[in-house]
Amino acid sequence: MEALLESYLPLVVFIGVALVIGLALLIAPFIVAYKNPDPEKLSAYECGFAPFDDARMKFDIRFYLVAILFIIFDLEVAFLFPWAVSFGDLGWFGFWSMMIFLGVLTIGFVYEWKKGALEWD
Amino acid sequence: MGGFAETYFWPAVTMILTSVVAMLVLLVIIAYLLYADRKVWAAVQLRRGPNVVGPWGLLQSFADLLKFVFKEPIIPSGANKGIFLLAPLISTVLALAAWAVVPLDDGVVIADINVGVLYIFAISSLAVYGIIMGGWASNSKYPFLGALRSAAQMVSYEVSIGFVIICVLLVVGSLNLTDIVLAQAEGIGTAMGLAPSLLDWHWLILLPMFVVFFISALAETNRPPFDLPEAESELVAGYMSEYSSTPYVMFFLGEYVAITLMCALGTILFLGGWLPPLDVAWLNWVPGTVWFVAKTLFLFFLMAMVKAFVPRYRYDQLMRLGWKVFLPLSLAMVVAVAAVVQLTAEG
Amino acid sequence: MTLTGLFFYLFSAVLVASGLMVIAARQPVHSVLFLILGFVNAAGLFMLLGAEFLALILVVVYVGAVAVLFLFVVMMLDIDFAELRQGFLNYLPVGALVGVVILVELLVVVGGRAIAPEVVESVPVPIPDHDDVSNTEAIGQLLYTRYLFYFQAAGLILLVAMVGAIVLTLRHKEGVKRQSAAVQIARNPATAIEVRKVEPGKGLS
Repeated sequence: MEALLESYLPLVVFIGVALVIGLALLIAPFIVAYKNPDPEKLSAYECGFAPFDDARMKFDIRFYLVAILFIIFDLEVAFLFPWAVSFGDLGWFGFWSMMIFLGVLTIGFVYEWKKGALEWD
Repeated sequence: MGGFAETYFWPAVTMILTSVVAMLVLLVIIAYLLYADRKVWAAVQLRRGPNVVGPWGLLQSFADLLKFVFKEPIIPSGANKGIFLLAPLISTVLALAAWAVVPLDDGVVIADINVGVLYIFAISSLAVYGIIMGGWASNSKYPFLGALRSAAQMVSYEVSIGFVIICVLLVVGSLNLTDIVLAQAEGIGTAMGLAPSLLDWHWLILLPMFVVFFISALAETNRPPFDLPEAESELVAGYMSEYSSTPYVMFFLGEYVAITLMCALGTILFLGGWLPPLDVAWLNWVPGTVWFVAKTLFLFFLMAMVKAFVPRYRYDQLMRLGWKVFLPLSLAMVVAVAAVVQLTAEG
Repeated sequence: MTLTGLFFYLFSAVLVASGLMVIAARQPVHSVLFLILGFVNAAGLFMLLGAEFLALILVVVYVGAVAVLFLFVVMMLDIDFAELRQGFLNYLPVGALVGVVILVELLVVVGGRAIAPEVVESVPVPIPDHDDVSNTEAIGQLLYTRYLFYFQAAGLILLVAMVGAIVLTLRHKEGVKRQSAAVQIARNPATAIEVRKVEPGKGLS
C-alpha cells in the first residue's frame, strides 16, 4: 500500500513541474510583451465582418448522439481492461462470459448501423 | 534535523530535479521534432524549409518561441477570460503529464506505476477538454465549430485506441508499460527457434491492430489528414482562431507533445520499446534508451510523411472510418486475439 | 505517512469546494467544469485508498466521457437563467430529501463499522493484498465469474442506453446525398465510362 502510493509521488511532482512550466509560459507575454488593445482587435474574428450575434449557437443533435455512443463503448472498454489483465486466470468461463457481454453490445451496434445512426449528414 | 534532511529533504530535491531535467530534455526534443517535421515536409515539396536561424536553421523553434513570447496576448472582449486562458494550460500540462510513466529503458522512468497504460489512456481522453474549453470560451464562430468537430472526432477514435490497447493487454496480461515491453522479448521469432529479434514484437502478431493504432493516433491528435478541427480552408484555424502569443504556442506545444506521446506509446505497445531489433553483439551494446528514441522518431517520421502525402479527409468520411471500419474491426480482433490466446494457453 | 494525510485533506477540501461550486456557479458551463474538478479529486481519493484501477476508470469514464456529454448538452441548450433560478425553490425539498437519504445511508455504513468492527472482516470475498495481486487483476478475477449476472446486467443496461439514445435523438435529414464507399470502390472502367464513336458534324443524340 505504502509502496503503491510512493510510486505515484514522482508522478505528482512531474505534473507539478509541468504546471509550473505551463504557467510560466502563459504568464510571460503578459509581463514582457507590448500591449495596445483596441475594440476592433478584441472583437471576435469573422473574416472581416462585425460579429452579429453570440457565437454559442444551437448545434446538431448528432454530436450529442456521438457522445452517448462514445460513453457506451468507453464503458465497454473499461469492462475489458480487468478482463484482459486477468485473462490467464479466467479460462474458458471468463472468455464466454465476456463473449456474451460483447454479443449483447454487438446487437446494439448492429441496430445502430441498420438505423443509420453512424451515418453523418 | 539531520534525520529529516536525509529522509525527506534530499529525496524530494532529487525527485524534483529529475522531473525538471526530464521535462527540459523532453521540451528540447519536441522543439527539434517540430523542426524535423517542417524539414521533412519541406523536403517532400522540394523546398528548403527553415534554414536561416542558426546553422541549417537548427535554432528555428527557439526563435519562434521567443517571437511568440514577445507577441501581444489578445483576449477577445466577448471571451470568458478564465476559461480562455485555462484551456491552453490544460492541454499543455496534460500532454506533458502523460510522459511521466513512459519507460525509456528498463527502470528508466519517472513513475513506474502498475496501471501505466490506463493512465496514458485516461490522459489522452482528457485532451479533448483543452479544445472544447478553448473553442467555447473564445465566443467566436470558427473556434466553436472547430471545437465541436474536434471533440466528436477525438471521442470517436478513442474507442478504437481502447480496443487496440485491450488486444495488446490480452497478449501481455499486465497494465504496466515495462511489463508490456519485456513481454515482447519473446514471441513468434523465439517460438520458431530464432534468436530474439524484431519478429517477436507485437507489430507482427497484431499487424492489423498496429495499422489501426497508427491511423487512430493520427486522428486522436488531430494530425493531417484528420486535421479537420483546424482545417484552414473552412474554419480559419479552428479552435485556435482567437488565440495569439504563448497561449497559441501552448496549444501547439500540447499538440506536438501528444503526437510524440502517441509515437512513444506505439513504440511500447508494438515496436518492443527499448529492445534491440536483432540479437547481435554491437546492437545489444547500444543503450536501450537510444533504441527507444530511434523507434519513436521512426514513428514520428511516418506521421510527418503522412502529413506531407495525404489530402485531408472529409468529415463524414472521417466518422465513417472511425465508427464503421475501425470499431468493428478492432472489436473483432479483440475476440480473435482472446480466442487464440486461450487456445494456445491450453495447448 | 503524513504526506498521505496531506493529500487526503487537499483532495477532500477541493472536492467539497468544487461540489459547492457546481450548484453555486451562475454559468452552467462553469458548473460542469467544477464537476470535472470534483471527479478528478474523487479519483485522487480513490488513489489514496489504493484503488488505482477504480481511480483511473473514474477519470476515463466520468471525466473523459460523461462530462464531455454534459458539456455538449450545456453548450447546446440555450438556458434561461431566470427560469432556472425560479425552479430552485420548488426542487429544494426533493433535493434535500435525496441528500438526507444519502446521509442516513452513509451513517448506517460508517455506524455499522463502529458498532461491529468484525463486519469488515466477514465480507464474502476479502480484498487481496496489494503485494500479491494488483487490484485490476483482483477485480478481473471476480467480476466475470463470481459476479457474472451483475456483469451481464450491466451489458443489458448499456444495450438499453444505446437503443434509447438512438430512438430519442436520431433524426434523418431529407435529401442528403451520402457517399457509399463500397459502390465507389466497386466502380471499374466498364461501369464508369462509355466510349462512343462520334461522327463529325452530327454530335451525340
